[in-house]
Amino acid sequence: MEITAPVEKATDHSHEPVTASVRKPLVTGGKTIHDVTKDICGPVEAAPPKTWLLAMGLSSTVLLVGLYALLMTLWEGIGMWGLNKTVGWAWDITNFVWWVGIGHAGTLISAVLLLFRQKWRTSINRAAEAMTIFAVICAAVFPVIHMGRPWLGFYWALPLPNTFGSLWLNFNSPLLWDVFAISTYFSVSLVFWYIGLVPDFATIRDRAKNKISKLIYGGLSLGWSGGAKNWERYESVSLILAGIATPLVLSVHTIVSFDFATSVIPGWHTTIFPPYFVAGAIFSGFAMVLTLMLVTRRIYKLEDYITIHHIELMNIIIIVTGSVVGIAYITEFFIAAYSGVEAEQYAFTNRMTGPYWWAYWSMMTCNVISPQLFWFKKIRTSIAATFIISIIVNIGMWFERFVIIVTSLHRDFLPSSWAMFTPTLYDIGVYLFTFGFFFTAYFLFAKFFPVINMAEVKAVLKSTSSKE
Amino acid sequence: MKKQKTYWKGIEELTKSPEYLKYAEKEFPDYLPIKEGKMKQDDNSDASRRDFLKMMGFGIAAASLAACEAPVRKAIPYLNKPVEVDPGIPNYYASTFYDGGNFASVVVKTREGRPIKIEGNKLSNFTRGTKTPQAESSVLSLYDKQRFKNPLKGGDKISWEDLDKEVKAGLASAASVKLVSNTIISPTTLKAIEEFKAAYPNAEHIQYDPVSADGILTANEATCGKRMIPSYDFSKAEVIVSFGADFLGTWLTPGVFAHQYGQTRKLNKNSKMSRHYQFESNLSMTGANADYRQGIKPSQEGLYVATLYNLIASKTGKPQLSISSVESSEHLKKAANDLISARGKSLVVSGSNDSNIQAIVNAINDALSNYGKTIDTDTPVHLKQGSDKAMSSFVNQAKAGRVGAVIFFNCNPVYDYAGGSELKEAISTIGLSISTSDRPDETNTIVEYIAPDHHYLESWGDAQPAKGHFSLSQPTITPIFNSRAASFNLLAWSGSNVEDYFTYLKSHWEEKMYPAVSGFPNFQTFWDKSLYDGVFELKNQPSEESEDSEAVAFSFNSGAISSAISNSYSLDGSGIELALYEKVGIGSGAQANNPWLQELPDPITKATWDNYLTISQKMAGEMGIDFKESNTKTVTLSHSGQSVEVPVLVQPGQAEGTVGLAIGYGRTNAGKVADGVGVDASVFVQVKDGIRHWFASEGVSVEPTGNPYRIAQTQTHQTYMGRDFVIQETVLSEFQKNPSAGRHSPHIATWTSEKGYKSPGDITLWNGHKYNNHHWGLAIDMNSCIGCSNCSIACSAENNIPVVGKEEVLNRREMHWIRIDRYYSSSGDTEDKSISGLRELEKAADNPEVTFQPMMCQHCNNAPCETVCPVAATTHSSEGLNQMTYNRCIGTRYCANNCPYKVRRFNWFKYHDNDQFDKNSAMNNDLGKMVLNPDVTVRARGVMEKCTLCVQRIQAGKLKAKLEKRRPVDGDINTACAEACPTDAILFGDMNDPKSALSEHLGIVQEEKRKGVKNPRAFHVLEELSVSPNVYYLTKVRNKDLEDTEA
Repeated sequence: MEITAPVEKATDHSHEPVTASVRKPLVTGGKTIHDVTKDICGPVEAAPPKTWLLAMGLSSTVLLVGLYALLMTLWEGIGMWGLNKTVGWAWDITNFVWWVGIGHAGTLISAVLLLFRQKWRTSINRAAEAMTIFAVICAAVFPVIHMGRPWLGFYWALPLPNTFGSLWLNFNSPLLWDVFAISTYFSVSLVFWYIGLVPDFATIRDRAKNKISKLIYGGLSLGWSGGAKNWERYESVSLILAGIATPLVLSVHTIVSFDFATSVIPGWHTTIFPPYFVAGAIFSGFAMVLTLMLVTRRIYKLEDYITIHHIELMNIIIIVTGSVVGIAYITEFFIAAYSGVEAEQYAFTNRMTGPYWWAYWSMMTCNVISPQLFWFKKIRTSIAATFIISIIVNIGMWFERFVIIVTSLHRDFLPSSWAMFTPTLYDIGVYLFTFGFFFTAYFLFAKFFPVINMAEVKAVLKSTSSKE
Repeated sequence: MKKQKTYWKGIEELTKSPEYLKYAEKEFPDYLPIKEGKMKQDDNSDASRRDFLKMMGFGIAAASLAACEAPVRKAIPYLNKPVEVDPGIPNYYASTFYDGGNFASVVVKTREGRPIKIEGNKLSNFTRGTKTPQAESSVLSLYDKQRFKNPLKGGDKISWEDLDKEVKAGLASAASVKLVSNTIISPTTLKAIEEFKAAYPNAEHIQYDPVSADGILTANEATCGKRMIPSYDFSKAEVIVSFGADFLGTWLTPGVFAHQYGQTRKLNKNSKMSRHYQFESNLSMTGANADYRQGIKPSQEGLYVATLYNLIASKTGKPQLSISSVESSEHLKKAANDLISARGKSLVVSGSNDSNIQAIVNAINDALSNYGKTIDTDTPVHLKQGSDKAMSSFVNQAKAGRVGAVIFFNCNPVYDYAGGSELKEAISTIGLSISTSDRPDETNTIVEYIAPDHHYLESWGDAQPAKGHFSLSQPTITPIFNSRAASFNLLAWSGSNVEDYFTYLKSHWEEKMYPAVSGFPNFQTFWDKSLYDGVFELKNQPSEESEDSEAVAFSFNSGAISSAISNSYSLDGSGIELALYEKVGIGSGAQANNPWLQELPDPITKATWDNYLTISQKMAGEMGIDFKESNTKTVTLSHSGQSVEVPVLVQPGQAEGTVGLAIGYGRTNAGKVADGVGVDASVFVQVKDGIRHWFASEGVSVEPTGNPYRIAQTQTHQTYMGRDFVIQETVLSEFQKNPSAGRHSPHIATWTSEKGYKSPGDITLWNGHKYNNHHWGLAIDMNSCIGCSNCSIACSAENNIPVVGKEEVLNRREMHWIRIDRYYSSSGDTEDKSISGLRELEKAADNPEVTFQPMMCQHCNNAPCETVCPVAATTHSSEGLNQMTYNRCIGTRYCANNCPYKVRRFNWFKYHDNDQFDKNSAMNNDLGKMVLNPDVTVRARGVMEKCTLCVQRIQAGKLKAKLEKRRPVDGDINTACAEACPTDAILFGDMNDPKSALSEHLGIVQEEKRKGVKNPRAFHVLEELSVSPNVYYLTKVRNKDLEDTEA
């Protein structure tokens, strides 16, 4: 509930009904219900704007360049990357955790805020959920391709009945827990997102002027009629899915953090990881949502739907989670110093002062210091500042995972094995591949799907409008 | 007899035709066990039905298995199975390795007629089962694709008959014939040479050694009256002083010395150990093991040796040398005192090739009455007899055009002799030039005829490494190419009508050896026994020289030597001095084309695939070279007109004002692997009065070029950061007071225990494993491990470890399953773990103490790798092994990340059948693949691998014991690393067997959930993690006085 507190305090009408007309309007510009339909369906129905074509061209180029790096890795072997006998994971798992983290915001916004009845979410949840799904797909790329033998691993890591005799999965392994956690999260997110899309698909279907659109959107809308029964079911399913998804928001990153927390490596072997990772994930997820929303908002001229109020609320969440992450960093240090374990103490000293000091201090600057700027109202209500800080936060969160993975591994117990990790072009290329995929998928979504949940926005339009 | 319905298989059975009956019983071959047990021939009892069902079941299973198997390429079954070859069962043959420097009596393991592994011959009283890395890896050289496939004339194929005809004609018409070889220790070859010389009276045999021992030979001639190298016995020495002799790594017979030395470093039964002083320029592996080590310049060595002599002479009443004494060396004074108190139980050696220094060394040993105790002049070692002067005069004659014909008998002087480049020019003017080398080298590229010798594993041969010690070689494989024994060539060219070399060898033994022995009914019995054992010892062999073997009085001309030393050595040289040395792996470079040796990390620098200029940390600071993570710069090293651009490696322990460079590199015509690796240092070998010296003390210049370079090292961090949970060491006096001195016992605070602290192993969530049958383990004695890396090569050969090449070593992806971690001490305070304290701990001391720690899979009982594998590809065996199922591995590398010892190795690429890894010759061509151990899988790309504790050997040993209906005991099973260890620092055994050497050594006691050890020196590396390894380490103990230990 703490995330809603600033809003409540700002209005100081927490005891009043949620329809209080004095609340700040969630949609500005005096939109009518028809305006909403027009504004949101417009881009779907119109020919793509030039900016969109440019963006698509760019992202698909990145996708193809990255695909080359990916295919070369698959063809020649993991040796194409900069890994070595000491540092067995680096960019691969860094990117994996980073993308999973980004994939956190969508479900959090849709599910948790739905349960908390935070109506401001309605303008942003659709895009945020889409982002979640694409980010999780990007994340899932890495556990598969980082394997030495992905052609076997992708199905041997699943509990499939097989003819290998007694060979079965090792349920002790956190990597296996990852498989379940990610796939569950992905399935639930996908269903949740799709259910939300159904009424809007029906709207587009009803407005469609050509046969192909009618057919496709008709199919996608699953025979939605807009009747009361439909809506009742829609509401119930949404609630149920929100209920299922909420624990997943916590569990996914908790389990991802177990990859490290259950190990023996100093810097990984840390019980604080689950809450720390979840906070970090929400932190980076919100930052990514902001980055994308600000761009979409500009291109599709959605300033009236995604208002500065939305942005400010999200920035407040970023301050909170950023501070949680900062405290976690400090706690880790304290525990290392307090533990009296030499290897542990060295791991943390090495993070700050060792050869990867720059990664550590980048992380600290980006993640702990930069979000604190949002304490200033002027900054948290500035589009430009928000955009820049949102990107900085994601850079910082990438470094956080890099610092945890690489600086812990590169100097662990036996100094004889200490080594450095230097990325190759293929490390970068595969990361680019996921970027290319993510943006290509997002732009396709933005073109062909309604980027804002029309049905739900319409529902909050009146109750929050200052007019009449 | 029961009544049974009878079914006929055919009309033949009914008619019982004789033809049918003849074959009816022979359905299965004789050797199958079908006829054993109850089943009798000619009966139709129940047993036959059961056996039939058994056979049918087996047949169906075999047929279906065969159907599943992918077709094997180029596998040709035996048409007639040789009696001695059983598929799947190795045969062992004794043989002898000698490459003109390194000697080893070996046992060759063959599988299906292919030699695949070289092991030491423990029956030899000379080598005692030890061998050098060169001997171990020689089996790969056998399968070198670049060997000569035919005799050649001017590079074109020629038949042996034509070659013989032309060579004979050439030799007959030549004015003078020179036969140039390295030292020849084969009595039969020497006899062949005599025959050759008889046939060509103008022939002269010249022996030289790539690394000369001329100084020792000459000195002994002067002091003891015989030109020979005595036998040294380090095992009897309580005080050892070495001046630049790397006797554990490269000097004379390093394996033998290591074995002897190792015995003086064991601390089990008594708490005494030898004290070892080393004075040297480069930090050698031997110096790294010394208790006291001092860096000296090569130009000072003579005075150091002389001063030590004077210190000892003053107490033993010998004449003093008049030289300018070394006053500043505390170590020298201490050494003198220790030597005097250990008279007759000490040994002083020097690696110098200056006969004056060697004479003083002899005089010191004489003054200490070491002769007859640690030095045995009655059993001279024959391994190096080369005369520098003879070789030098040969080169001069060749240059002057006075050589009519030359035969290079398995030697490569153009590369490994100091005047090689001059010789190279001269060879073209020689009328007839022949080489018998079996593979390309720098000499035989310019000779006219190449008459390729067999590899030693293909040929018959004998050797006499030392007086009274004989060793035989026998073919373990049919010659792969059209080669011919080099000794036979000499016979063929001298017109002898010997049919083959084997007959010649055998008859020589019948004539020479057999009469000297007794106790054999006939020669054949003697021959069979000798061949089976591989070695043969002739006690009291009469001296070959006619002169009386009566001990010659020790003679020492102190006046002449004083002036010689004073003239050649000085204490106040200020210039940079260059000290050349041999690396443990590559040696003199004869086997440089062997990728195993190239990729073997140097014991000290941990560098592979290169030689480099070792410079001190101070000099590096002056030159502004920052050597970090293998990144360095090159310098131009020049001396008397010769200059090379060479990378720099900053070497703690390098004597101030000196630089070191390894010979054996910079080959230009050795083959794909060696060519272009490193620089040729032989241009810097100095020849003074025909004697070669491996240092240059004047006019050496080192100029930084600023060009960046990367040296492929397998370890880049120098120190152990004061981590006593990794390295636990103490000094002897502390150890004598408390055997567990130096031990680090981690403890954790608990609420429950009364004392407040518990050992980490006492608090565990693990249930422990039940080991009902065996529980394998290893004990590694860090005190007797000398870092020689024999284990690493043996492991590569045994376990098909791929060679990955320089680029991949630079990427820190070498595949060795066992590595020797080498740590330098730091001058920092080991207790100070502040940021600045850690900075200090990262820097090695200028003259550091060195610790070697062999590290391989620790086979943890609570293995962190096992829990994290998602597909259970790595699991725990019921015998304590952490086992890796390659087939199941999907390559997440989580296990490697979670391994606190970082011993797991990942197949980053496909290392076999891949042109990009063609230097990995054991896996990338059909010939090279013959060396692979068929018991061990060649791992696929994307799969994790690691030490298996030689599980294939464990299985073989268990099977052998099972067939004999007993439990396997010590000796049935040994890992490749333990087998190869010359100092027995690695001990393998069954911890469940209270009688095993391992259990006794460690004092294994069975506790509730785990095993405890009583040996106070035994510890687990990273004990506080409670991963409970099955590999124990024993503390390192230095024989240093407490006040001399560094802070």
